[in-house]
Amino acid sequence: MTTLTYRQVLHDTLAQEMTRDERVFLMGEEIGVFEGSYKVTKGLLEQFGAKRVKDTPIAEEGFVGAAVGAAMLGLRPVVELMTINFSIVALDMILNHAAKIYYMFGGQTPVPMVIRTPGGGGQQLAATHSQNLEVFFSHIPGLKVVAPATPYDARGLLRSAIRDDDPVLFLENLGVYDVKGEVPDEDFDNDYTIPIGVADIKRNGTDVTLITYSRMVHTALEVAEQLQHEGISCEVVDLRSLRPLDMPTILQSVRKTNRAVIFEHDWRSYGIGAEIAAAIQEEAFDYLDAPVLRVAAAEVPLPYSKPMELAAMPSGEQLVSAIRKTVSKRW
Amino acid sequence: MSSGVDGKTEEVKAAVRGNMEARASRAELLSYFRQMLMIRRFEEKTAEMYKKAKIGGYCHLNLGEEASIVGALSTLDSRDYIYTNYREHGYALARGMAPGAIMAELFGKEDGCSKGRGGSMHLFDNNLHFMGGYGIVGGQLPLATGAGFALTYKGEDGVVIAQMGDGATAIGAFHESLNLAKLWNLPVIFLVINNLYGMGTPVEKSSAVPELYRRARAYDMYAERVDGNDVLAVRDAMQRAVRLAREDKEPSLIELMSFRMKGHSVVDPDRYRTNEEKRYYAEHDPIQAYEEQLIAEGILTPEMIETTEAEIEREVESAVEFAEKSAFPKPEDLFQFMYATSVPNAVLEVKTY
Repeated sequence: MTTLTYRQVLHDTLAQEMTRDERVFLMGEEIGVFEGSYKVTKGLLEQFGAKRVKDTPIAEEGFVGAAVGAAMLGLRPVVELMTINFSIVALDMILNHAAKIYYMFGGQTPVPMVIRTPGGGGQQLAATHSQNLEVFFSHIPGLKVVAPATPYDARGLLRSAIRDDDPVLFLENLGVYDVKGEVPDEDFDNDYTIPIGVADIKRNGTDVTLITYSRMVHTALEVAEQLQHEGISCEVVDLRSLRPLDMPTILQSVRKTNRAVIFEHDWRSYGIGAEIAAAIQEEAFDYLDAPVLRVAAAEVPLPYSKPMELAAMPSGEQLVSAIRKTVSKRW
Repeated sequence: MSSGVDGKTEEVKAAVRGNMEARASRAELLSYFRQMLMIRRFEEKTAEMYKKAKIGGYCHLNLGEEASIVGALSTLDSRDYIYTNYREHGYALARGMAPGAIMAELFGKEDGCSKGRGGSMHLFDNNLHFMGGYGIVGGQLPLATGAGFALTYKGEDGVVIAQMGDGATAIGAFHESLNLAKLWNLPVIFLVINNLYGMGTPVEKSSAVPELYRRARAYDMYAERVDGNDVLAVRDAMQRAVRLAREDKEPSLIELMSFRMKGHSVVDPDRYRTNEEKRYYAEHDPIQAYEEQLIAEGILTPEMIETTEAEIEREVESAVEFAEKSAFPKPEDLFQFMYATSVPNAVLEVKTY
């Protein structure tokens, strides 16, 4: 095993997949000469040349749409959107086109493309640059949406996403790029994949299930560790994929612990947590000893000012108090 | 850049018309006539089927645009690709799709070219490189541009047609696509069918530059405006564009001045156009004009017309019969084609209690 950062793993995996398959190419703003806003594509222009690492104009609808067209003709584009906030400019291409083409044309042409993009607040970037828009994409049939939290999962899921014949949104987070973690040594196990649509139990526990994904997985694990000392045993389910959503794993855990708290970075209303809470009460109502709680972002456009921004983002403290409430006998 | 038809006097136009066989072979001239007539009769039948409620949803007809369609597609070969908009039945026919497969799609049947999942606005045929009709105005343009990129990437010498109506030239995707195509030297021909109205809004009220071909100049792109009712003029312009794309990897924009004989869609009462305007269109039927030319030059005879009409009538009838006989897709196949790569935990069933 080697310890690598999430950022490094993304970089290495892109390089490996480009080496493995000539059809894979990268496109996006500033990914070549500038080496990517978050340096994921560092050195790739030099390694693979301008034909396969395409710097684009600042015109998301145009280049995301071009990726859809290229995928329809058999290439495997991996698009980098500088931040998920800019995906809004390209929504027509993602929701109306990439997501619909395989179905709408009776299965005649797949759209094998990946859109990588980071989201999340905490960098004082204010309202239009600090959003978690995963719900937009997770709502749409035809898309696959993954949001890995660890370097190990990022490698396995990025491989799966690139090799998948459907459009995959690969959601990163500004808060995970520097997360370190173990990945198998390339010499011994250089080709593992993680299936899209399968969650992972990141920590076993018996009292409450914490359901989370991406950056919040790390906070949830810290909280679980902290509460262990108080005698509260948390099971942490890392969704990894938001669409398809691995409900069997969630339900199995909830039926075991009888309690659930959902910890999400997006806004609360209509969010990932809303979906999961509804599904739990439909499928596992009889197992619940407490209502399903949600800890999510405050429902405001994220402010610039640091203390205000922190107040708007979901925190470990909020998660702790939600867990304490759910395990108390006060219901 | 030339302004095509605008720059020519009536005498010049007449002189050019006077020698059709110098411009295309007799067989080609006759096949264009046949294709145009096929589109006309197919669309008339489509309107009839819509009124009988055999066809649902939206239905945008190509009546009046036959010369533009046939002239444009006559220049393509099997290497080439075409992306169209929602007014696309005629393009599918001209590209060689079976009339039965199109009609069955309009009927929502399993034997339709998109297996009944797409309908009038979403015809598709991978084998013919007919890459789809698209219902979002201008949505097809970035896709076509990306197809041009894929051809360049793979070192293939195909050409991509990005067909659109005049209305699409106002959307951002149009400008982003032209910019990218020129920037990356992609073999894409942006084909604007200027039928003078974006739904009910005249071009002059939606475009600050109503001469739409001039918009390509902002991207230093070759552009022409051509009489879209003259199948041979369309063919000539498209040949120039295809050569530019195939040999020089240069994108271009061709604006075909056309009109539609009916409203925007089958259900459009067409109140925004004056009676004089509608009369003008009726009197300037491109098929009628072409037929007269062919007769005047001794290429076509009334007997041949009669035979062709009879053949086409039979073909259209058999397309309707094919569509009628084809089964509807089964409701239990609702989730078929959801994913090209299957995936665990996908919910591929209707939730019932």
